[in-house]
Amino acid sequence: MPDTYVIRGAKVLGGEARDLVLRDGVIAEITASGAASTEGADVVDAAGLIALPGLVDLHTHLREPGREDAETVETGSRAAAAGGFTAVFAMANTDPVADTAGVVEQVLHLGRAAGYVDVQPVGAVTVGLKGQALAELGAMADSAARVRVFSDDGKCVHDAVLMRRALEYVKAFDGVIAQHSQEPRLTEDAQMNEGSLSGVLGLRGWPAVAEEAIVARDVLLAEHVGSRLHVCHLSTAGSVEIVRWAKSRGIDVTAEVTPHHLLLTEELVRSYDPVYKVNPPLRSERDVMALREALADGTIDIVATDHAPHPVEDKDCEWADAAMGMVGLETAVGVVAQAMVETGLLDWAGVAERMSAAPARIGRLAGHGRPLEAGEPANLVLVDPSRETTVAPSELHSRSRNTPYAGLTLPASVVATFLRGRPTLLDGTVRSASHEGVSA
Amino acid sequence: MNRHLLSAADLDRDDALLVLDTAAELASLTDRAVKKLPTLRGRTVVNLFFEDSTRTRISFEAAAKRLSADVINFSAKGSSVSKGESLKDTALTLEAMGADAVVIRHHASGAPHRLAHSGWIQGSVVNAGDGTHEHPTQSLLDAFTMRRHLAGGKGDLEGRRITIVGDVLHSRVARSNVLLLATLGAEVTLVAPPTLLPVGVETWPCATSYDLDSALKDADAVMMLRVQRERMNASFFPSAREYSRRYGLDARRMALLPDHAIVMHPGPMNRGMEIAAEVADADRSVIVEQVSNGVSVRMAVLYLLLGGAQLGSPLDPSSQLETAEA
Repeated sequence: MPDTYVIRGAKVLGGEARDLVLRDGVIAEITASGAASTEGADVVDAAGLIALPGLVDLHTHLREPGREDAETVETGSRAAAAGGFTAVFAMANTDPVADTAGVVEQVLHLGRAAGYVDVQPVGAVTVGLKGQALAELGAMADSAARVRVFSDDGKCVHDAVLMRRALEYVKAFDGVIAQHSQEPRLTEDAQMNEGSLSGVLGLRGWPAVAEEAIVARDVLLAEHVGSRLHVCHLSTAGSVEIVRWAKSRGIDVTAEVTPHHLLLTEELVRSYDPVYKVNPPLRSERDVMALREALADGTIDIVATDHAPHPVEDKDCEWADAAMGMVGLETAVGVVAQAMVETGLLDWAGVAERMSAAPARIGRLAGHGRPLEAGEPANLVLVDPSRETTVAPSELHSRSRNTPYAGLTLPASVVATFLRGRPTLLDGTVRSASHEGVSA
Repeated sequence: MNRHLLSAADLDRDDALLVLDTAAELASLTDRAVKKLPTLRGRTVVNLFFEDSTRTRISFEAAAKRLSADVINFSAKGSSVSKGESLKDTALTLEAMGADAVVIRHHASGAPHRLAHSGWIQGSVVNAGDGTHEHPTQSLLDAFTMRRHLAGGKGDLEGRRITIVGDVLHSRVARSNVLLLATLGAEVTLVAPPTLLPVGVETWPCATSYDLDSALKDADAVMMLRVQRERMNASFFPSAREYSRRYGLDARRMALLPDHAIVMHPGPMNRGMEIAAEVADADRSVIVEQVSNGVSVRMAVLYLLLGGAQLGSPLDPSSQLETAEA
């Protein structure tokens, strides 16, 4: 296996075709198309393909430790490589919870051993995600995992004092609190977006105000204590307005939107098929349009998958009994292409900013989300913008199959992924970058 | 008609009238000495009840038996369901036993829809009440009862004014009634405190009011919904007494109704809460008759979903009755 790859004729960020030479883990040089020497190198014909910096997912559930029946660090990071990611932030709601230096270091080491993507652990804000006492944020920050993103995702840090303290405390190490914005009392046993459809279907509503009230409170707290807030999976038009207002005031807030909230609406719940059950819930067409517009104008900074694998039995049941969440790593590029690129709202440079550069910046992750330039780490993805893929759950690399896109044809495909110069996806095969000589 | 009855919205006007007309014919036949018809002989109907409901289960059981079907009662209590067996595995078991129809009552909204569309079973599915979603056979028996008293027992309910009062938010009876009564041309008004009307009720094919007195003067029928006292603890209203005073049907309010108007309740009643005892037992109360009409309507539903006759073809149970006697 040669150490040099020449990617021939890729359109960098969708622009001019170039050759990219990857050697010793970095982009050694970028030349005019057809000009790079291929002697002793593996050549990847990238004519018609778009080169983007390797994607970074700020919001992934890898389920290990604790729910290895749903996903492991290895299977989840294989799915990530297949989806064009070179780094994922592993959420803290595992069992045991990632609320100590020991657990975050375990996840870090599992990720390194797998070798498909860089797995960057997220630390819990509160002990056991219980919302009562701060976890040892400093210890996690100082650990080998160098945690900078803290989140109780899955649960809201709803106690205002605790949220204030967390925001203040992480300033010492440039951390950020990634909040799952959900007022718990307004969403007890909530099953779907609250609106006329929830009334008709007889499912308990999850009102937009339950998200917006927390987002509004938190941006004000962030302003008051001068800290950084990140809003996870923002899902309503009202939350967009609040974040837009906060940014206009100079508040240090960032926000993410999931691919599914950019494409799917609550109408799918009419089927009562729990594959569409997710938290926050699928919203209205009006919300979807507001989210797309906000992602385009920068009010929402990034796309994050909220990849949430669940075993079949947790979805093959009555709606109310089903688990919430969808897998999303392997379909993210296709969905964003459909919702944002095909609609003319974003070009591929815009996609690179929102799926690579900005999430790496928010997560303070070095070596990812860098520009495609000579001397930079060779983390990149090749996308075929015109190769349609029909989503087949059985072909996913994730251990779980709970995709809401089964049978849907998406307009773009990930063709190859390179992690520090080594292919983690090439010729249709996912391979580890940590082992020499792994063959297709 | 569809193969399943999951929602009152599954029935267009012709379907609904076919069920009501069929129920009327079956009712007249079963008034005779021999109550049993051979129509569903050899067919198996499973009553799959995940939630206690004595009256609905007995009503479906009587309906199926009067049509000579084999009836299996499967209740969650004391069954494998209480040992953690999933809806899917229960459904696969019923399928293996050759169920032709499954009548399901479930605490989760949409469970009948799941059962019908997941590929787990082949037979027809009848929704006997799911969560806070729908209860379509209740709405059919209510419409049947209204038609008898307000429309001479035939045709639709065009222009009849129906007032439905109470916990609409949590009521599957209200949802199915609004849909079916609108299909049949009735003008429905929902009356409840604002906390017990669902978000988006303004998109339903009905009017709403917070004031019961004003919704009684022109009503042809008033239907009182059961209000659980536990709702009080979730602050939907301050106290049972205040609810009863503002939204209960007592003798004074009953006197506001036109002379011909009927009083209905899907049961079980909270006497003294949403309905005063003297109203429940008044001459204009048709609450007991609703129960007996329930059997006829459920016979009609099972007959039309499972019967050998082509759907929509003229019904001729009298010849079948002769066969039964032979």
